[in-house]
Amino acid sequence: MSILINKDTKVITQGITGKTGMFHTSKCREYANGANCFVAGVNPKKAGEEFEGIPIFAGVKEASDATGATVSVIYVPPAGAAAAIWEACEADLDLAICITEGIPVRDMLMVRNKMKAKVAAGGKETLLLGPNCPGLITPDEIKIGIMPGHIHRKGRIGVVSRSGTLTYEAVAQLTEIGLGQSSAVGIGGDPINGLKHIDVMKMFNDDPDTDAVIMIGEIGGPDEAEAAQWCKANMKKPVVGFIAGVTAPAGKRMGHAGALISGGADTADAKLAIMEECGFTVTRDPSEMAKLLKAML
Amino acid sequence: MKIHEYQAKEILRKFGVVTPKGIPCFSVEEAVKAAEQLGGNIWVVKAQIHAGGRGKGGGVKIAKTLHEVQAQAASILGMQLVTHQTGPEGQLVRRLLIEEGADIKKEYYVAALTDRATQKVAMMASSEGGMDIEEVAHNTPEKIIKVFVDPLVGLTDAQATELAQGIGVPAGSMAQAVDTLQKLYTCYMETDASLAEINPLILEGNGNIKALDAKFNFDSNALFRHPDIVAYRDLDEEDPDELEASKFDLAYISLDGNIGCLVNGAGLAMATMDTIKLFGAEPANFLDVGGGATAEKVTEAFKIMLKNPKVKGILVNIFGGIMRCDTIANGVVTAAREVQLSVPLVVRMKGTNEDIGKKILAESGLPIISADTMADAATKIVAAVK
Repeated sequence: MSILINKDTKVITQGITGKTGMFHTSKCREYANGANCFVAGVNPKKAGEEFEGIPIFAGVKEASDATGATVSVIYVPPAGAAAAIWEACEADLDLAICITEGIPVRDMLMVRNKMKAKVAAGGKETLLLGPNCPGLITPDEIKIGIMPGHIHRKGRIGVVSRSGTLTYEAVAQLTEIGLGQSSAVGIGGDPINGLKHIDVMKMFNDDPDTDAVIMIGEIGGPDEAEAAQWCKANMKKPVVGFIAGVTAPAGKRMGHAGALISGGADTADAKLAIMEECGFTVTRDPSEMAKLLKAML
Repeated sequence: MKIHEYQAKEILRKFGVVTPKGIPCFSVEEAVKAAEQLGGNIWVVKAQIHAGGRGKGGGVKIAKTLHEVQAQAASILGMQLVTHQTGPEGQLVRRLLIEEGADIKKEYYVAALTDRATQKVAMMASSEGGMDIEEVAHNTPEKIIKVFVDPLVGLTDAQATELAQGIGVPAGSMAQAVDTLQKLYTCYMETDASLAEINPLILEGNGNIKALDAKFNFDSNALFRHPDIVAYRDLDEEDPDELEASKFDLAYISLDGNIGCLVNGAGLAMATMDTIKLFGAEPANFLDVGGGATAEKVTEAFKIMLKNPKVKGILVNIFGGIMRCDTIANGVVTAAREVQLSVPLVVRMKGTNEDIGKKILAESGLPIISADTMADAATKIVAAVK
């Protein structure tokens, strides 16, 4: 088992005909069972065409109906990306993974509230991962997103992070010392997003094939603290925590739209303190994440 | 993106929020003319810089004659205005706002911003207007009230009334205050702002509600649909190095230390800065070269880092995923040659084609120090600059 996706997941690529969509669909198809997983693409102007043998449909609903796909990955450019997320929700998919960086915050605000209103009215919930994220991978089964597949190795450690390259860093450290990963999840660097640390921690806690977790956060927002509080009461597995941005000045956006200190509670020091208090093994040295975790197993 | 107060008030007026009459000026002569044009017998001469705390720093003065307007404008225009937000060197005042005086009976604070936890718009209000809201939040948090607005519904009459009553707006001015709050909310949403703040919002002696000062930040991801707001951008108010970096699609922020760092990915870039500090030095900058770094981009990144005279060494930390380490290694070698690098350089590369990348660096003949882990890299660069 794993969380969210496995070798049998069927995936639609929204924005399959763009440069990024084509490149990464190819890479994902080359990884593990990818050739059988990526079954459809969407582009309203290119319905009926194909990409590497994958049929292209006019919309997500048609693609899902025709192929049985329940997950979509979105590479649509920023101006249309929120609409693409909403289209995945209207098609009642299980999960939409939005890689796109640079979506206006207001668009995310509107689509997130529409998604919540749909569920409140009794509609099916579509989970959202991202936006502005690398995607997620279950090693040796399936990769959906832009992470380098070859650094991963199948195993029993979960990884969750807002940052792409910092996720790769943690994964590579684990692989190097012989620890594989159950799933590695990038939740993205935007201020308004879908799945948060707490949601992914709950899934890792429930996953019988995950033994321990590395949780990586950064400055800005309440998410890591919220996840830590939940873990304090509920988490049955050891967690190593790291927060990037101890040296980040307040009020400056550090690359990610969401990486902005806006008060006393969302500094790296404050988050590290809460995580420690909630039973995480925290480190201020990101080179040590995997080593620390190994010592706890 | 930030804008000036007078621009913020232009936007507010477009959305129907009442502000004092005012005219932006770039010279003392213009300031006097503006005062004449506004008429009356009391004016406010306000420095226009992007930082807050202008009043305390001496950038806002009252004038009761045209002669005083001239004197105040002459003293403020061209001054290095130092506030708690500018840093000790201050910010050069290049623009003024000349405004009619106001009969202030009471000062309030109102603002709109996006709340990450609830994924709604937080509308905040306080009876303690005219003060630094962070101080109010710290000392008397009970004096700030908030409502969370569902963007599918908008700010309801009930919510706006709750805010206005909560901060003690008198009954006779209630309708105006509710209207102002709703217009502020609409303005916040329609302009893709990330902060819209009126501080103070004033109650005048005659019961009217007016926005006496205003501050906006805009979501840079949404500027593509607001050419009118982009036109407000004042490059004089921005850090020249950060501006230069943005032309090459590099996220750069200058800091106070002496070790420059060049990293791919925002999270890894912060983690690299933190590691430098952990091993006893301070980073000179944040620099994310992003996912698609080319040799040209890396060269520009080196040039920008080296413009900072404090930089005594550089740490490059790259996790090669889609971007291969050999590509980056070639970029680093080209850049080091082109800028005739004279400070120590430590390179740590991990990921795709790591071995080829390391070989390129080793065979370049350049004095590049190679490192395996982030800790190793930080230790080596800290030792090299000491």
